[in-house]
Amino acid sequence: MKKTIITVVGKDTVGIIAKVCTYLADNQINILDISQTIVQDYFNMMMIVDTNKTTKDFALIVEELGVLGESIGVIIKCQKEEIFNQMHRI
Amino acid sequence: MINIFEVAETNEMIEKENLDVRTITLGISLLDCIDSDLKLLNEKIYHKIYEAAKDLVKTGEEISGEYGIPIVNKRISVTPIALVGGAACRSAEDFVSIANTLDKVAHEVGVNFIGGYSALVSKGMTKADEFLIQSIPKALSVTERVCSSVNVGSTKTGINMDAVKMMGEIIKQTAEETKDADSLGCAKLVVFCNAPDDNPFMAGAFHGVTEADKIINVGVSGPGVVKTALGRIRGESFEVLCETIKKTAFKVTRVGQLVAKEASKRLNVPFGIVDLSLAPTPAIGDSVADILCEIGLEYAGAPGTTAALALLNDQVKKGGVMASSYVGGLSGAFIPVSEDQGMIDAVSAGALTLEKLEAMTCVCSVGLDMIAIPGNTKATTISGIIADEMAIGMVNQKTTAVRLIPVIGKGVGETVEFGGLLGYAPIMPVNQYSCDDFVNRGGRIPAPIHSFKN
Repeated sequence: MKKTIITVVGKDTVGIIAKVCTYLADNQINILDISQTIVQDYFNMMMIVDTNKTTKDFALIVEELGVLGESIGVIIKCQKEEIFNQMHRI
Repeated sequence: MINIFEVAETNEMIEKENLDVRTITLGISLLDCIDSDLKLLNEKIYHKIYEAAKDLVKTGEEISGEYGIPIVNKRISVTPIALVGGAACRSAEDFVSIANTLDKVAHEVGVNFIGGYSALVSKGMTKADEFLIQSIPKALSVTERVCSSVNVGSTKTGINMDAVKMMGEIIKQTAEETKDADSLGCAKLVVFCNAPDDNPFMAGAFHGVTEADKIINVGVSGPGVVKTALGRIRGESFEVLCETIKKTAFKVTRVGQLVAKEASKRLNVPFGIVDLSLAPTPAIGDSVADILCEIGLEYAGAPGTTAALALLNDQVKKGGVMASSYVGGLSGAFIPVSEDQGMIDAVSAGALTLEKLEAMTCVCSVGLDMIAIPGNTKATTISGIIADEMAIGMVNQKTTAVRLIPVIGKGVGETVEFGGLLGYAPIMPVNQYSCDDFVNRGGRIPAPIHSFKN
């Protein structure tokens, strides 16, 4: 399974999760785990998703999620899981 | 499974602390291009590099996009050109034609530097080595992206003082040839002792003859990450300090290892090494000098600087070797002046002198790097500074290097602006006493004894 980490950081507002989830559902991306927290009034969300079924190019997903983030007023990043595993697991 | 705090930590390092992969450098052997016909040789070099590197920049950008980690530079290193051009080049001018070919192919594949316009003359010089060295001022003035290096000494062979003398003159000539651009040519010219075959960092990268046909080497960086980590443990003991540097270096290096493996897989080129260097940039917060200040110094250059740097360098290596299967290149903390805002500040404040920098090079990677000196400095004085630095490398069995920029038309107190990653620098004073008779002796300094260490 190719796991991808999506992070959303920004000012809290109504419908952030809904909009991100709609995008993911439209593109056949399955959500495996969601965690969220508010740090210093900032909305902080992390999703672990499975991008196996999507037909979209990874670079395009990164770009479209970025654009979606801009429209909501948050920063959305989409990164392959390995960078975090490499850094935080021996 | 990875948790939200770990993800946030990684992204914070990238976004706020300037964590990046400094360079993916593709090493390419040009030994199979050797031909006695200069035109044919240039064609072969062009095609070999173009074919090997045409996807390098694109691949780098893909990896960068997928992992969300900036990969600042994509570069190429080639076999030392003195070896490749020996059969075809009958003059220094002939070698310049190869420099032009390298520059052209670098532009076409989109890399920002190509290293390997080099000669290895630690014991003696062939005719080809001599031609190449003589061609350096012209080659660096007519090209934009070509980097040059000359290895003039090693622990096993001693120091070739004829080459040291020549390099003093060559640096001056290069400065003259590029005086309209503040002698920028000298920023692309390094003089080495014990030059490594697999260094991915410019200007000193070349693809050694002991290497495979092609290889991927990666240089990581992250002074800002180390500094921020140390900011959280102010006042703690050396044990805590060392542990923190090691852990941070581990994390930084793992990113480099991941990128190196991916690049190797996608380009179908074997993975060589990860270079564990703390390489600063002029960006605020991306400074090695700032780490020294965080360790407890008012400015880099204050008493204690050499010890702090020795500690930093060693802990970076200790953390890094655990993170990567193959470590190589220069691996250590770089202390260039113009590329590090903290160093520039220290020089401007009068805290850091050329002599202190020389002492610092005894315990850190590389050497006197990106230091602007007055344009009227004598060639023999530059040779004397090179000889001192080479001696440190030779005796301590480490790589040392000199990248000095005598800025034509400028003197102490003035500033020189190189732009981009090369930064800017206040011109530093040089000891005015003569070493002419020493430099003019000619011959070699013998290799040091390897016993009776003191």
